[in-house]
Amino acid sequence: MSSGISTWVFAEELEGKPSDGTLELISKARTFGDVSVFYVGAGSDEAWNALGGHGATAVHHLDPGDTLPSGPAAHALAALVTDADVVLFGAGNTDRDVAGRVAAKLGRPVVSNALDVTVDGGIAVHSEILGGTLGITTAITAEKPALVVTRPKAFTAEPTGGSTPPIEVVGLPDAGRANAASVIERHVEASDGPSLEEASVIVSGGRGLGAADKFEMIHELARLLGGAAGSTRAVVDAGWVPYSYQVGQTGKTVKPSVYIACGISGAMQHIVGMKGSATIIAINKDPDAPIFALADLGIVGDVHNVVPQLIEALKARS
Amino acid sequence: MNIAVCVKQIPDPATPYQLDGENHWVIRPNDQVLDDTDRSGVEIALQLAEATEGTVTLFSMSPSGSLQGIRQALAMGADKAVLIDDETLKGADALTTARVLAAAMTREGFDLVVAGTESTDGYSGVMPQMMSEILDVPCLSFARKVEAGDGSVTIERQTASGYNVVTAPVPALITVTAGIEPRYPTFKGIMQAKSKPVTTFTAADLGVDIESGQTIQSVNPVAARAGGSIVEDDGSAFEAIVELLEQVKVI
Repeated sequence: MSSGISTWVFAEELEGKPSDGTLELISKARTFGDVSVFYVGAGSDEAWNALGGHGATAVHHLDPGDTLPSGPAAHALAALVTDADVVLFGAGNTDRDVAGRVAAKLGRPVVSNALDVTVDGGIAVHSEILGGTLGITTAITAEKPALVVTRPKAFTAEPTGGSTPPIEVVGLPDAGRANAASVIERHVEASDGPSLEEASVIVSGGRGLGAADKFEMIHELARLLGGAAGSTRAVVDAGWVPYSYQVGQTGKTVKPSVYIACGISGAMQHIVGMKGSATIIAINKDPDAPIFALADLGIVGDVHNVVPQLIEALKARS
Repeated sequence: MNIAVCVKQIPDPATPYQLDGENHWVIRPNDQVLDDTDRSGVEIALQLAEATEGTVTLFSMSPSGSLQGIRQALAMGADKAVLIDDETLKGADALTTARVLAAAMTREGFDLVVAGTESTDGYSGVMPQMMSEILDVPCLSFARKVEAGDGSVTIERQTASGYNVVTAPVPALITVTAGIEPRYPTFKGIMQAKSKPVTTFTAADLGVDIESGQTIQSVNPVAARAGGSIVEDDGSAFEAIVELLEQVKVI
């Protein structure tokens, strides 16, 4: 904590509390120095305790009500961070909305997809490009604050047992025409079983399944393993499953214990989202499929044979 | 409703990308293609224009090269394109791109701006939001469904736990996720695209100064995951999967 770097963390409330991603960012930020959190949502004592318990030294709280948060949150945050060194954002949708607007308002660049941030001898961001094949280090040479959008699960949340920090209430600022956007309905889409981000086993299906109705065996295998079902972008684009299934660069980033890729060739866009899985199993007809290069176990075979056999074998055990 | 759509020409994703040795920028061949993630945006724009008797104008920043990618979007049915074609924009970051595109849109006029959520080659994922701030419009982002009419736009916005319905008066900007199935160009569309108007500007024409506040210091190959064992399925390969699942204590 000696570097004296002042860091802000943007946080959007998720289901009444700070997201795991927010707690990960605070845990990282406190290794630089003081951490102020800009918290968007209804807020609660439980939320403040979680923030303080991970090392937040101050919280600024904006409750946008039914106004779409990104515009006013960006204007309020831009006014608060003029003396800050670093502002960290997660990879969430509102995080990216606010990061972009703050950047344009302050005239600062944003460095996205950060896997690590260092502050000694200037602020630098480590990320991976071209489907995770190249690691790059980007120095931020613009005037502070440095604006950084991080990848999911780049850091680990570690409680400090710290006390509840002082909470400063931020009023809804005038953000021009952006204030005219409002949220008129909120829908939580219930799913049975764990979410993709939390599941320790993920079974994903790709185009190799051949048809939408074949996706049912992906669901069944995921259920049998207590896991979640995922997919490639191609399958989402084909309308077989909703966008919430999508794993990859433009979908979710996952790091389960086991990832089973069924009929997935392994396009760069997909690999970026799942290559952090501890164990990867791939089933594909094409022996040259790029997915085999990163599989711990690769089965060269037809998913329509192998997956039903696997399902039967698992059922026989239970 | 006059709709401005952001489109990007990128090197064919099916080919390996390379960086130039000096600046570490992606080397861009002359025959770039339309970024697939933009097709959903073009599709939504065409649907909204058809419903409101409006026009669809493509906006793209593409330092030099063929117009193959732009013609692909015109072939889907867009009316015209505005291209900011300028050697000095090589390696431009997201903020410079946003300034350039926003300046061109302000000059041409618009009711609604449509963009993808992030490009396939750069994926910074913040450029449209930067434009919304510069243009002083609401940013209705991550739309999986869009309706427009009566001077407003309403979307279903993806959230971490489901979706929200969000509405705003126009002018506004929306970003659309993949999952909105784009149409295929017809033969007639492809033929017509060849003669649709493409207006070209430089950054200087638009009065945008180019600056960058970031420098790539180092580039290193990431250690590839070591591949494991490959089993040819002879009808019993599922047993190897069961064995591995036991080993890692999933079952």
